Amino acid sequence: MLIPNNLKYSKEHEWVRVEGNNAVVGISDYAQSQLGDIVFVELPELGATVTAGKRFSVVESVKAVSDIFSPVSGKIVAVNDGLNDAPEKINQAPYGEGWIAVIEMSDSSQLAELMDDTAYADQVAKGGH
Amino acid sequence: MRSSAALIFELSRPGRLALDLPQPDVPEQQLEDLIPAAYLRSEPAALPEVSQLDLVRHFTELSQRTFGVDSGFYPLGSCTMKYNPKVNEDVAALPGWTGLHPLEGFRDTQGALQLMYELQQMLAEISGMDAVTLQPVAGAHGELTGLKLIRAYHRSRGEEHRIRVIVPDSAHGTNPATVSVCGMETVEIKSHPDGAIDLDALRAAVNSDTAALMLTNPSTLGLFEKNICAVTEIVHAAGGLVYYDGANANAIMGLTRPGDMGFDVIHFNLHKTFSTPHGGGGPGAGPVGVKKILEPFLPIPVVTQTADGSYCFAEDRPLSIGRMHSFYGNFGILVRAYAYILTMGADGLRQVSEDAVLNANYCLARLRDVYHAPFVRHCMHECVLTSQKQNAKGIRTLDIAKRLLDYGVHPPTIYFPLIVAEALMIEPTETESKENLDAFVEIMRQIAREAEENPALIIQAPTTTVVGRLDEAAAARKPNLRWKPAG
Repeated sequence: MLIPNNLKYSKEHEWVRVEGNNAVVGISDYAQSQLGDIVFVELPELGATVTAGKRFSVVESVKAVSDIFSPVSGKIVAVNDGLNDAPEKINQAPYGEGWIAVIEMSDSSQLAELMDDTAYADQVAKGGH
Repeated sequence: MRSSAALIFELSRPGRLALDLPQPDVPEQQLEDLIPAAYLRSEPAALPEVSQLDLVRHFTELSQRTFGVDSGFYPLGSCTMKYNPKVNEDVAALPGWTGLHPLEGFRDTQGALQLMYELQQMLAEISGMDAVTLQPVAGAHGELTGLKLIRAYHRSRGEEHRIRVIVPDSAHGTNPATVSVCGMETVEIKSHPDGAIDLDALRAAVNSDTAALMLTNPSTLGLFEKNICAVTEIVHAAGGLVYYDGANANAIMGLTRPGDMGFDVIHFNLHKTFSTPHGGGGPGAGPVGVKKILEPFLPIPVVTQTADGSYCFAEDRPLSIGRMHSFYGNFGILVRAYAYILTMGADGLRQVSEDAVLNANYCLARLRDVYHAPFVRHCMHECVLTSQKQNAKGIRTLDIAKRLLDYGVHPPTIYFPLIVAEALMIEPTETESKENLDAFVEIMRQIAREAEENPALIIQAPTTTVVGRLDEAAAARKPNLRWKPAG
């Protein structure tokens, strides 16, 4: 189970990579392994306003349809269109080509609410949900 | 002799016919003279051309590939795939029913109206509700009807803003889907680690926008909600109503009633609890029962009894949400449920639920040493196990389900409820004998042994079926929905 130490994590298994005032967001390796083969991603709209803790994307796997929650509030400034044709990228490279969107943060202090790799690894070890 | 995988199109040979039609005895007319050219095909439709015998063999073979409760054990959790007594089919096929026209007048349809009226009363009695509509034709259709009733109720009280519906994270997926279709908003609450509703989370979730709580009891984990009266009180105190998803009602008939627990609305799945045919897309029936406060909003027409004892449809309900279906629902299904309830009687229905609960607990007790059981309590009519013990060997729940196919068993529900990782939900129903349950348990124990000794057997399964393991991800990512001729 890959949990890179340069990322922050939400309780709902999203990861965040901070780039200046932008947050690159995806789902963790643990999340993709639990979901199984991902077959469809509903991407957020470019320019949409998102709120921390609210749904901003939907991922469908062979097992279930799952809401993806925005780890921070802000505006969507980029989405990973490549997932439309190749949703399996989330399975293959959850922290790389499987990124979902970039959020321009409206309140970067929300990052403090997220977990570091050690705390997240702890949550996963305890059973995840 | 012939390839069993051949499609009817591949069996086609130009000019071959299933029957010869005689020459018409009226003057033949040209198609072009009858239909404007713009609407005519430019090339003939690629319809299969086969002999009658090939046609019969093809579809007979397909019919033999299907699997139903009449062919084997079918413990599909949350679906109540019980055996449907054949007498119900005989009763529903009586010419007095099948010859009825839905627009026939009351005078000629008293028997049908009486059946509907009495079925409404029976369902009200079983569920502890005051009134029932038989119109909805599926469980989710019943949910939609129920939420529309709740919305109409709030609206009539000047509380249009109550649009938030609380749904536990263990709920059937139809619950939040219905909320969306109804134009309302879902508020999800997390379950307590013991599987029950978290009362604190519920208290925190209710407010002046709360329209309703949707709940299944027993829950999708197969557990009875012990705090149910506290749950309904919390929602009522906030001004909301409580909806009972009747999908799991096979566990409670004659033992307890949603109306007595404080529920305001319930839908029944006649095709689950009341033994009408199930699967293959229906037809189903999802009648809805309500407490008095919601009765004025029920869909029209309402089956009622007049002062002289005859039956009719009442349309004069100014607060009604309107029609939820053409005519009066799936009448043939109502006949089957009526026959079932009369055949079983009150004692029989109670025994149905007692045996359904006993059978599920028997399976749980005989399997929990080899499969992980996430909850220590007794279950109701279904039990949840997981493949946690088998995960170390690289075996997941999907693999176990596929291996069951090799043993001629329909797999249980898998990966649901969502809050249990690698869930396997078994609902044996009351109609299986102890011998059948023992045979299933032995197969499950055999698979657990295979997981230890020869995991490859399970990972490669199924190997005895017409087709092997399907690539479900590829099928969903790149769906190939239409046959095209080669080349």
